[in-house]
Amino acid sequence: MTTELKDKPPLGRVIVVTSGKGGVGKTTSSAAISAALAKQGFRTVVVDFDVGLRNLDMIMGCERRVVFDFINVIQGDAKLKQALIKDKRLETLSILPTSQTRDKDALTKEGVEQILNELKTEFDYIVCDSPAGIERGAQLAMYYADEAVVVTNPEVSSVRDSDRVLGLLNSQTKRAETADAEPIKAQVLITRYDQSRVDIGEMMTVEDVLEILAVPLLGVIPESKAILRASNVGTPVVLDGPSAAAQAYEDAVTRLTGTELEMRIVEERRPGLFRRMFGRAT
Amino acid sequence: MSFFNFGRKGRQPKTAQTAKDRLQILLAHERSSGGPEGADYLPMLQRDIVAAIRKYVPIGDKDVDVRMERGDQMSSLEINIELPKAAAPAKK
Repeated sequence: MTTELKDKPPLGRVIVVTSGKGGVGKTTSSAAISAALAKQGFRTVVVDFDVGLRNLDMIMGCERRVVFDFINVIQGDAKLKQALIKDKRLETLSILPTSQTRDKDALTKEGVEQILNELKTEFDYIVCDSPAGIERGAQLAMYYADEAVVVTNPEVSSVRDSDRVLGLLNSQTKRAETADAEPIKAQVLITRYDQSRVDIGEMMTVEDVLEILAVPLLGVIPESKAILRASNVGTPVVLDGPSAAAQAYEDAVTRLTGTELEMRIVEERRPGLFRRMFGRAT
Repeated sequence: MSFFNFGRKGRQPKTAQTAKDRLQILLAHERSSGGPEGADYLPMLQRDIVAAIRKYVPIGDKDVDVRMERGDQMSSLEINIELPKAAAPAKK
């Protein structure tokens, strides 16, 4: 499969992972989605747009190998090829880190466009990890996107912010501004979903969230201990052994690439009484 | 440390410790480079290296590849320079 894809011209799809609200799982999701795409054989690059608060490198586990960044490339201090970090686990995966020392004003529309255009000639998927908020960094992360993954927790402030972001995707982006361009394909990814709390009416259901946001559902990622474990060691969760979250991300990515897949809510395995008392929950 | 903890040790690597170690190494580097600005000498270093080599061999900006691996005891900087085919032996 990998070799087949490699012979084809790159797809060059730009996907923004965004949310408005912070802490809902944008970077975790960007890492998991890009790793899952690369695992399926797609040439994938994941780009950190959070200038000044670089964190994608830590989640991907390449923080010790950053030499040049996105801003160096925009400012002409380095070539794109020199700033891309090749993942050590998947040969189809690359990371473009952002600057830890500059601020978001170093991002320019022209610079971002130029870099994305160059990446499109080499990669099937360009996953843009947006910063929180709706200011410059977030606007530029979404501006050139073909598709959007709106990461949402089943919680009031997150859903509200997602609604705001969906509005921006439909108005403040290249596709929105270009007459007769297809609008951005936006899908919601529900994260930190806890079925047991949904069951007792303490958490909004998937249907509740979708009814409010009125966009298609990409996937449902359960609240899972595997997420923190993976971030501790700098491994995207889909590469860190089997877990409910990893399975849910793999399913979401299968849908992202256009394959129909029945929606299922993967639940984290609950420890039995014995394990809860004497053992470690997995 | 209680009775119930016996048998836990060594069963699985402790990822929390890995997280702490990674952060300590990274933050030591970020702080020692003097915060903003100080860490950004690599582009200048690369420019200087390219300029020095160009005195002798015509190389392009893309022919230089700088890799870094930061460690807790030491860091390594690896610089690969691709020389153009014709330039290898200097003409007379």
